[in-house]
Amino acid sequence: MATREVIKFLSNPKIGGKRSKYCRFRRFGIKYIDYKDPDFLEQFVNEQGKLLPRRITGNSLKYQRRVATAVKRARHLAFLPYVTDLLK
Amino acid sequence: MRNYEVTFIVDPTLPGDEIKSAAKKYIDLIKGGAKITNIDELGIRQLAYPIKRKNTGIYYCVEFEAENGVMIAPLELAMRRDEQLLRFLTVSLDKHGVKYNADKRAGKIGKIIKKKKVEEEPQHKRRNNNKNRKKRPSNNNNNNSNNNNQGQNKDKDKTAAPAATTPAPAAEAKPKS
Repeated sequence: MATREVIKFLSNPKIGGKRSKYCRFRRFGIKYIDYKDPDFLEQFVNEQGKLLPRRITGNSLKYQRRVATAVKRARHLAFLPYVTDLLK
Repeated sequence: MRNYEVTFIVDPTLPGDEIKSAAKKYIDLIKGGAKITNIDELGIRQLAYPIKRKNTGIYYCVEFEAENGVMIAPLELAMRRDEQLLRFLTVSLDKHGVKYNADKRAGKIGKIIKKKKVEEEPQHKRRNNNKNRKKRPSNNNNNNSNNNNQGQNKDKDKTAAPAATTPAPAAEAKPKS
């Protein structure tokens, strides 16, 4: 039986594997999410203006909740729409 | 002593003095019972959705420090009754929020640079090939089918380069699909 060291692959077998997801707020030490900044908040919202789920954005629960409140405040102040079609 | 932040939107269709006086009225109301840290005039902005049939608004943001919960209720009541204000929002800032605002004023927080979408241009290559093709006889059918297929293949990069050299035999196969 060939051992792992003996088997050679043409391309790296790790190709197509998972990209490690991380919470960008934890990693870069961002503690406050400004609701007055629609450019930043658009990252967490899809083309219809709906909030993206945590498994897509990679946020931790704590920051996903803060993002959600920031987006909802921005929607109240018309920085972001509630419903739309062509946000991005 | 808590730090609060009030953002309000003034009706843009009012004459300039009335806008200034409306904003000043609330700033003075705040000054009466609190210490103002910062007044930010975001100016005329496009609203994400129409409010009271208006598509733009003049945004003001006032950050102040006040005793816990004393003057917030009368301030909000005044804002609610005023017909010149379209919207308002009062937020109590935690320590991170205060620090963020201070850093922003000091210029330490940068803006997001949006990446512009790179537009693909495979069509030009195909159009050049069509011009060459028209000179040759008996290729009228192929020209028409090339034009039809441009709509389908616009987004596929792989057909741009190889199709540059051999669009005629490829075009004969494509109209059937």
